[in-house]
Amino acid sequence: MREKRMVKKVIYHIIVFLIGIIMIYPLIWMVMSSFKEKSTIFTTAGSLIPEKFIFDNYVTGWKGFAKVSFATFFQNSLFIAVVATVGTVASSALVAYGFARFKFKGRNILFAAMLLSMMLPAQVLMIPQYLWYQKLGWVGSYIPLTVPYFFAIQGFFVYLISNFIEGIPAELDEAAKIDGCSYMGIFSRIMLPLIKPALVTACIFSFMWRWDDFLSALLYVSKSSMYPVSLALKLFCDPGSSSDYGAMFAMATLSIMPSVLIFLFFQKYLVEGISTSGLKG
Amino acid sequence: MKSLRQKLGRESVAGVLFTLPFTVGFLLFMIVPMGISLYYSFCDYNILSPPVFTGMKNFITMFKDATFFKALRVTFFFAFVSVPLKLVFALIVAMLLLENSRMSGFYRAAYYLPSIIGGSVAVSILWKRMFAMDGVINKLLGAIGIQTSFSWLGSTKTAIWVLILLVVWQFGSSMLIFLSSLKQVPQSLYEAAEVDGASGPAKFFRITLPLLTPTIFFNLVMQTINGFLAFTQCYIITQGKPMDSTLLYTVYMYQQSFEFHNTGYGAALAWMMLAVIGLITLFLFATKKFWVYDGGL
Repeated sequence: MREKRMVKKVIYHIIVFLIGIIMIYPLIWMVMSSFKEKSTIFTTAGSLIPEKFIFDNYVTGWKGFAKVSFATFFQNSLFIAVVATVGTVASSALVAYGFARFKFKGRNILFAAMLLSMMLPAQVLMIPQYLWYQKLGWVGSYIPLTVPYFFAIQGFFVYLISNFIEGIPAELDEAAKIDGCSYMGIFSRIMLPLIKPALVTACIFSFMWRWDDFLSALLYVSKSSMYPVSLALKLFCDPGSSSDYGAMFAMATLSIMPSVLIFLFFQKYLVEGISTSGLKG
Repeated sequence: MKSLRQKLGRESVAGVLFTLPFTVGFLLFMIVPMGISLYYSFCDYNILSPPVFTGMKNFITMFKDATFFKALRVTFFFAFVSVPLKLVFALIVAMLLLENSRMSGFYRAAYYLPSIIGGSVAVSILWKRMFAMDGVINKLLGAIGIQTSFSWLGSTKTAIWVLILLVVWQFGSSMLIFLSSLKQVPQSLYEAAEVDGASGPAKFFRITLPLLTPTIFFNLVMQTINGFLAFTQCYIITQGKPMDSTLLYTVYMYQQSFEFHNTGYGAALAWMMLAVIGLITLFLFATKKFWVYDGGL
């Protein structure tokens, strides 16, 4: 009986472990390839470990193209992702507080509009927004990639945070109000500290989504010195501009590093965000 | 006259003020653009010259446009094959991971990591190289004795499957949602079933699956919508090639608007897509009463 259980356990671990390896094999292959000599990447594609580890690919890749190095692309991505994240999380928190704690005229219509904005995907809005930003003269700048986020347009975050606020006893606000605290005071002194976990979750998701965002960069950014990493990587890999796969894999590896690090350090928040509100990974 | 401060302190006013960013944002970045594009969808427009109102012309063109129907077919196939496959995998793996062991953390990370970075340009590039003629897939097949230099992305039969595989590979977030529901299934139900002599499969089909139907439904709706919107992977890996066999709707819409400069037509395509997604969502909700268990998790 005991032996049978052991055998079952071993088989279980072998199966689950093997599937796990298959799952991350492509990523390991990419990372390993980035350390191979560029002429050997595809001749030795079947074997994982490089014959000798070299860093040349990172050196050549980092130089970038069109006289712009990847340092600039990373700076651009970081700037866009941080500004948009600060904007979306701060505005979403304010709006979420408004929805969760106040009754006012038009609240229900506005709430329905928020749900609608959650369902309305970026790809459907792609052309409409492009036409509008074109009229406003925003095309070719970072404005379309940052400014709209300061208006709580990502319903998911409003929803996530307002759910969280609803779980906080209203007596806390009432007490502060009786003590003469203004609503803004209640928000900044009582709410903000209490909803920190929800804010962290929102920050993580927002940062990762903005870091990976390719479509809006493709539409709105035209100068190569303004490219974020996602767009730079795509053009770096276009046939004609370079077929140096070593450098390509090296830069691709670097480009996913922020997400991988966030994943390693904040897994708990990611798992919670996904399982409680169905945010997509 | 009440002072401004007193007015701001009223609950009804404060609510309006706190939600003001959203009200402005919704009007400025959603309603206005949608309105503009609704008008342009009835126009001949190429961004450079002023729009000319042409009535229903774009929509009539659409119904004569073979590529439009091709893109629609490819997208339906893509979404309705990849999403069920993804959910089945997610559920199976979630069941496997329910067992707690010292390795659980590692397993969960390995299964979940792909869906964290799967949407990135880096992974799309990687995927493209993996399935190239001299890529790692053919090399690995060679290692187990199947010598081939088959071009997975060059054949109209297999190219779409490369994209589908990339979607299925990212089953991690659906898996996490299943996992959190599975943990809430009351153990007493299984114990009662065991007393009655129920087998493993019976327990799964009679207890687990019915209880999970609301979670499955939620995943199905979200993932199907996402499936219809896939862009980056297709744009980077295949660009719709070969012979439009992988031409996803969003990529066709992009090409019409920004590469062929038929922006008016592109706007019409965007509205058509919204209608299609709306109809599919309604359809899924209509099927709900036939298979989703109300008391489930």
